[in-house]
Amino acid sequence: MAQIKPKAEGQILDVRNLRIEAVTETGKRVTLVDDVSFTLNAGEVLGLIGESGAGKSTIGLSTMIYARTGCQITGGQLLFHGRDLRELNIKGRQNLRGVKVAYIAQSAAAAFNPAHTIFDQVGEVALQHGIMNRAQARMDAIRLFRELELPNPAAFGNRYPHQVSGGQLQRAMAAMAMIAKPDLLVFDEPTTALDVTTQVEVLAAFRKLIREHRTAALYISHDLAVVAQIADRIMVLRHGKMVEQGEATQILQRPQMDYTRMLVAERLAAEQSKFVESHAEGRPLLEVKNVVAAYRGTVRVIDDVSIDVRRGDTLAIVGESGSGKSTLARVIVGLLAREQGDVLFDGTSLRPRLQDRSKDQLRRIQMIYQMPDVALNPRQTLFSIIGRPVQFYFGKSRAEVRARVEELMRQIDLPADYITRRPHELSGGQKQRVCIARALAAQPDIIICDEVTSALDPLVADEILRLLRRIQDETGVAFLFITHDLGTVRRIANKVAVMLKGKLVVSGPIEQAFNPPYHPYTELLLSSVPEIRPDWLDEVLRRRRKAS
Amino acid sequence: MKVFGTRITFTAIVGILIIVVIVGSAILAPWVAPYDPNANLGGRWDPPSAEHWLGLDQIGRDMFSRILYGGRVSISLALLATVLAFVVGIITGFAAAVFGGWIDIALSRIADVILSIPILMSALMIISGFGTGATVLVLTIGMLYAVLVFRVARAVAMNIAVLDYVEVARLRGEGLMWVILREILPNALPPLAAEFGLRFCFAFLFVAALNLLGLGLEPPAADWGSMVKESALAIPAGIAAPLYPAAAIALLTIGVNMVVDWLLSLHSRPQGENA
Repeated sequence: MAQIKPKAEGQILDVRNLRIEAVTETGKRVTLVDDVSFTLNAGEVLGLIGESGAGKSTIGLSTMIYARTGCQITGGQLLFHGRDLRELNIKGRQNLRGVKVAYIAQSAAAAFNPAHTIFDQVGEVALQHGIMNRAQARMDAIRLFRELELPNPAAFGNRYPHQVSGGQLQRAMAAMAMIAKPDLLVFDEPTTALDVTTQVEVLAAFRKLIREHRTAALYISHDLAVVAQIADRIMVLRHGKMVEQGEATQILQRPQMDYTRMLVAERLAAEQSKFVESHAEGRPLLEVKNVVAAYRGTVRVIDDVSIDVRRGDTLAIVGESGSGKSTLARVIVGLLAREQGDVLFDGTSLRPRLQDRSKDQLRRIQMIYQMPDVALNPRQTLFSIIGRPVQFYFGKSRAEVRARVEELMRQIDLPADYITRRPHELSGGQKQRVCIARALAAQPDIIICDEVTSALDPLVADEILRLLRRIQDETGVAFLFITHDLGTVRRIANKVAVMLKGKLVVSGPIEQAFNPPYHPYTELLLSSVPEIRPDWLDEVLRRRRKAS
Repeated sequence: MKVFGTRITFTAIVGILIIVVIVGSAILAPWVAPYDPNANLGGRWDPPSAEHWLGLDQIGRDMFSRILYGGRVSISLALLATVLAFVVGIITGFAAAVFGGWIDIALSRIADVILSIPILMSALMIISGFGTGATVLVLTIGMLYAVLVFRVARAVAMNIAVLDYVEVARLRGEGLMWVILREILPNALPPLAAEFGLRFCFAFLFVAALNLLGLGLEPPAADWGSMVKESALAIPAGIAAPLYPAAAIALLTIGVNMVVDWLLSLHSRPQGENA
């Protein structure tokens, strides 16, 4: 094709001993990235793997010679085509960003301006830098839309960001990044915010794009299985330092370092774990019968949903975003009044609104949230956070409350001297443990867990799941486990309810729902969960093509 | 040094020093002031001298002593009015945010109606109806500013009321007072403290303005606003007398604003290690 300029061959990027530091509010210097080196050749994809705070994004941004506010590149070299980027002046940096190195962020919705059409934003970089005129930019954009398998490529660019789906917008961002034909693409968790079924298509589109244009790429992700599909080489990072680097197959199949082994083992456990055995007993504790609910009397968000949970059960409610799973939790706890149907708890009907329920009914259903950061009052100590339910429901003396709080802290494996700490002095996983302790403090019969592991790093999430299972063994509490992550479901639930657009499509014991014969939607969901085998994506695509 | 869990800035320290010195000298006026503020000590408009640091005013009273005493009146009036505004404004604002529904609608529309008339106008109407005097002054300014505080408190509380930890408290069955006092108020303090500083400045200037218009206190009570007014006639004569009380007004306003800026920067900066 005539439009494609000859691509640079050979080595694109050579990062040597990169060091990035930040100065905190208190004036302390913190090293974010320490002595990281790697090279990238044309057409090569390097996957950056690590937990939050590992420095992945910081490294990604540094290839555009950019550092977030308060951060600074303080050491090493960033050789781009042999020239050190750190020596570039403002003008040189402007000509680099978006033109030679382009960035694809996690949230396309936040990256697009809602007031302009997609084409205006996709073509902007090329027009701004005078690389092409409007007509050329439009032609190139349409070609990229076609390559990315966007619907109706000729007219796609005329739409506004809110008029297309999340997965389409994410692909449009890839088109925006590719328009100036950069030599290097930086993908920063580009599929993390997408539903699994969408992730497959987007991932396939990205891979095709990189291969056809022979662009070098950095692919940042916390999910080994996603990186396995797209990366030639993988670098594992932890606390800003490189743990190990190697060919993708070597890292995934023969990891050398303990940390990498742990990451791989954790991911494999999610794929291969056996189903949890049910220790449910007795008559249903919670029964939801034909419930219908809507926000402000408009569209039904929950339509004729029935589930039941026994003591000791873990019922996973599974669905993609917008399926109504969180709304169902709100209806059960009474934050949203149901319109039809009934919610029975221990045989008695619960009033639709929580204000009308008894204190004991409120005590027996507790909730844990996705974001422990906003679920804990930043101005309270752990003692008041965990102790308040004890005092509120059981009205004990201060000494008794303290003893109970200490007991709960032991149960969640937090040191006793943390009792005077405030939430910001804890890590993400510890905060979630505190939320669990607060729920346990009420001695509930059922705990509703709303995406409790989604915001956590894999290894931390795994610990939280273990803790929840241990608590269930000890107390017999039932869990209503809301999640979009099927790997989590396998590891914790003995029953599943799959929701789609507010309706229940499948419900029953996990060994029934997650074994053939599948319901078509369950099969779609299950087959979309990335697996760590490098040929997984090809297999899924082949199977889907055959099916359609 | 840490306040609100964050390091204090240099400007904030300067601001705090200004406030401490001015408020302290006002409180200690009877002991610090060299002369009786209402005593006639001699010549009209005497220039500053070793005995009278800021000179004498239009009827020969010591300017420095009058500024010290005037500070007591001006600051206490403004402070009382601001405290009144905050007590009323926070209670109504938080109630509107937490209850929502018709309570919110009713309170917000009343606020809109009151604010549709310029505040100075409303104040003039009320004062001309009830007469001048310290009590009327404080009540008028306090109630009018309560409307502004209501809007801020409502907005701040609304942002907090939707957070999960407030939902947790509601799900637990906590009463309204717990939710407001224990969950929302502690987290609303930095922005409200900043608003308090700003409101105090405005109240202070407002008292001064009303006194300047002759609608404040009866002479010979000294306050900075009336002192500017009384000595205003000296300006054409090239005498600096009115500038001293005016400078006192400006200095305190600047000091408070320095602290407020720091409080606001605290609020806008996300807290915690994940920020």
